[in-house]
Amino acid sequence: MNLLEIRNLHVTVGGQEILKGIDLTVNAGEVHSIMGPNGSGKSTLAQVLARRDAYQVTEGSITFDGKDLLEMKPEEAACEGVFLAFQYPVEIPGIGNTYFLRSALNAQRKHRGQDEMDAMDFLPLFREKLRLLEMDDKLMNRSLNEGFSGGEKKRNEILQMAMLEPRLCVLDETDSGLDIDALRIVANGVNSLRNPERAMIVVTHYQRLLNYIVPDFVHVLVDGRIVRSGGKELALELEEKGYGWTEKEAPQPVGVRS
Amino acid sequence: MATATEQTTWLQSWLDAFTELQESAPAPAWLKKLRDAAFARFCDKGFPTTRDEDWRFTNVAPVARTAFRAAAPAKLAPADLRKYSPEGAKIQLVFVNGRFAPDLSSVGNLPKGVTVAGLREQTAQHPETVEKHLGRYADQERDAFVALNTAFIGDGAYVHVARGVVVEQPIFLLYLSTQESAPAMTHPRNLIVAEDQSQVSIVEDYVSVGGESTVLSNAVTELIAGESTTAHHYLIEREHLKAFNFSTLRIQQGRSANIASHSLLLGGGLVRNNVHPVLAGEGGECLINGLFLGTGRQHLDNYMHVEHASPHCGSRQFYNGILDAQSHGVFHGRIVVHKIAQKTDAKQTNRNLLLSDDAQIDTKPQLEIYADDVKCTHGATIGQIEENALFYLRSRGLNEAEARKLLLMAFAEECVERMHEGAARDHVEKLIRESLRFMEAHPHQAAGAVTERNWTETD
Repeated sequence: MNLLEIRNLHVTVGGQEILKGIDLTVNAGEVHSIMGPNGSGKSTLAQVLARRDAYQVTEGSITFDGKDLLEMKPEEAACEGVFLAFQYPVEIPGIGNTYFLRSALNAQRKHRGQDEMDAMDFLPLFREKLRLLEMDDKLMNRSLNEGFSGGEKKRNEILQMAMLEPRLCVLDETDSGLDIDALRIVANGVNSLRNPERAMIVVTHYQRLLNYIVPDFVHVLVDGRIVRSGGKELALELEEKGYGWTEKEAPQPVGVRS
Repeated sequence: MATATEQTTWLQSWLDAFTELQESAPAPAWLKKLRDAAFARFCDKGFPTTRDEDWRFTNVAPVARTAFRAAAPAKLAPADLRKYSPEGAKIQLVFVNGRFAPDLSSVGNLPKGVTVAGLREQTAQHPETVEKHLGRYADQERDAFVALNTAFIGDGAYVHVARGVVVEQPIFLLYLSTQESAPAMTHPRNLIVAEDQSQVSIVEDYVSVGGESTVLSNAVTELIAGESTTAHHYLIEREHLKAFNFSTLRIQQGRSANIASHSLLLGGGLVRNNVHPVLAGEGGECLINGLFLGTGRQHLDNYMHVEHASPHCGSRQFYNGILDAQSHGVFHGRIVVHKIAQKTDAKQTNRNLLLSDDAQIDTKPQLEIYADDVKCTHGATIGQIEENALFYLRSRGLNEAEARKLLLMAFAEECVERMHEGAARDHVEKLIRESLRFMEAHPHQAAGAVTERNWTETD
């Protein structure tokens, strides 16, 4: 079934139109990659899916598991199973990593009518995921992302994702700034979460990540529109020819034609 | 300008109260002299106005135009106390309407060499111990409220820790004011003497019992710390929102003494918190730490006056403010480095979060440096809850109220983390949590709509 259905999505930020009519269907079990040059609207799409209210949807619809995603607050989308791994995870001094993650997990469990998880059940699960992402236990006693290196922050995002077990994972440039070892660890964590019930949208600028997280579909986003869609081989073609190639073949934007 | 008649009427009520005190609580000659001089000083100086630089952001006219009488004696049962007493308090002196209540107090098993008593009782039994220090440090020349307190010196706590003695348990001082039918005042006066190489923690905790009424608490604490002494002082203001609370903590630090002042302003309508440490011996360290949480129309003023009077001393000021509704916060950080105080290292940081459009903060550093080899830094920030952080927390499933509470608690926690672990810190942390829960449950509370806070709410 269609887990996510985006129809003719137009989004403006601060009065400027960033997304100019996106159509995208994602089924459970699929991994879609969204590629595109800087400023094409990739991160905007990711943030809209996580329901950031600074992004104004002027037209179109997003249906998630049969429900209107645009009606949801960020926490409601999260509880319904949408997870955004941030491009720039926020450092929050004074909030413990472990405390935060348990509060979030329990907020989601409560939403689904499940019992809250106590420390006895939480900790073994947590340790298992820490090992999966090859993270030091000590990081967990620190404040949320505070003083973490770039790689540690990205791993922490995937750790949260592994704990919260969302149905739709949106990864926003999770590869940026990672060295090859960290990239392998992160990709390994992501791949371990692939399953027939879960879908993923991997937003990236470079093809490199897709060597490790192999997508089923690749979409090229240029100037707020998907100009090309294809299989994983499209990513390789892009790597070879650059984004200029797709732009030349793209339909002319409406504004230019008139 | 006030006419001569108004001026007389204004003074008359204070004179009546002063005469009444002289008759009801006779004092030894030295104390009478101290009181008389202080009252004369107060009459001469009068209340400060906003033209006075030290009071620029705080208008005390509501206090000046009210005719206060000494709060009437009141009886409370131990059961009434339970909801205000900190958990795990082993040593606690209780004061009801300014009077020491021995039947409600408990000093447990004090180590040898430690005296914990009511000041009035101590003055009667061992006047020489009190006379030696009382009124020597608090500045009644400069501050009308200190003069007023000294004129009306009644009861308070007397704590003496002998040389080398460590008091492990914090000494809790609980000041309760009951609801009164007419404006009532108390002038708590505390004298804490910690001799060389001793260690002690004191918690002053101001609480209202019953409903709101016009009350003034004008407290002065003199804390005298000897050489290499470690002392932690906590001030907690959690009275109802009609209370006037003025307090002055005057710290006299000896050589290599290490002192911390922690202030927590949660309640009170018009509050002025003066902290005045004098680093009088070489190598002294002073931490001046505070948190103020304002809502409704609360006015919370923190006036720091850190005096470096010796070389090689360090002082650290950290104050965080969270202001909601139409509350008004003030942070005035005055640092005076005397000519002799070379190698001074003084730091000051004031951070503020404004939660509503009408909340206001005035923050002002004031550095007076007369020595030439010193390091003094200061900084202040004013901001709102960061939208990025809020979105991040919400994107993981926490609702907006929870996410905000978590962020506010994290901001407040910076101050809590500077306190030593133990019963005092646990008490403070619990009160902050309750207060933030109250703020979040009554966001942007309109003026006057805030009624008494229930401090015993639990999870």
